[in-house]
Amino acid sequence: MNNKLEKDSVLNRMKLEFLNKSENESFARVAVAAFVAPLDPTVEELTEIKTAVSEAVSNAIIHAYDDQKEGIVTLECTVDQERRLIISVIDNGVGIADITKAREPLYTTMPGEERSGMGFTVMESFMDKLEVDSTPGEGTRITMIKNLDMAYEF
Amino acid sequence: MQIEFEMTDDILIANLDGELDHHTSAVIREEIDKTVDAFHSKHLVFNFEKVTFMDSSGIGVVMGRYNKITQLGGKLIITGCNEYIDRILDMAGIYTIATRLGSVAESIELIESEYNKEEADGDNE
Repeated sequence: MNNKLEKDSVLNRMKLEFLNKSENESFARVAVAAFVAPLDPTVEELTEIKTAVSEAVSNAIIHAYDDQKEGIVTLECTVDQERRLIISVIDNGVGIADITKAREPLYTTMPGEERSGMGFTVMESFMDKLEVDSTPGEGTRITMIKNLDMAYEF
Repeated sequence: MQIEFEMTDDILIANLDGELDHHTSAVIREEIDKTVDAFHSKHLVFNFEKVTFMDSSGIGVVMGRYNKITQLGGKLIITGCNEYIDRILDMAGIYTIATRLGSVAESIELIESEYNKEEADGDNE
């Protein structure tokens, strides 16, 4: 997938780093919502983006680092002239051994803990594109793209 | 996220308010289980009317409570979802196991009619 953007087509970019604490899930989705606000997304787009970010960040917080172990989750967002939003959620945790399996609906590595296994399915359904890059022992990068509808011009 | 409970006989109504995600779901799950146990509730109505955000963590909360309520022989009803919450619950097939209704009042009515009918049927035997 070609995520490299021409320098002059980038409208805005941001990068956040935070600890793998679950209270940062709401921080992350609210931050992304505030970042895309100048593009005037629809309520539907905004809800879908926030939900997808919440899924990706929750995954990093739940799975990437062993319990009790402190780790950093990185969130990167870019918007370009074509109103394309690219979100990356990156961790340096345990990684995913079988990405195909992890992306299957209802698959979870923690069935005893009421995990639905629907995180990736929700991300796929709410965003236009989802890519998962992961190396066991090194970490995971989730990249999601959403094409925002054209805003009405007055 | 806040949760308020109402009780009508053995029906527990859980009124959720705010954002339901992985972080807030732990407390919500615990509060509901504790309340079901303390008041010997048999049926559970999830009222999502005031839920402003929910991700797939909500699926786990509903599924877990469904298992508990089913063991108690009761019924689980979901009400007040906006279209996004509905989409997420539907994606996971929640509506194949739980009933979705428009309001808390309808939910109570349905449970009472179904279970009172059963009791009445039982009396006839």
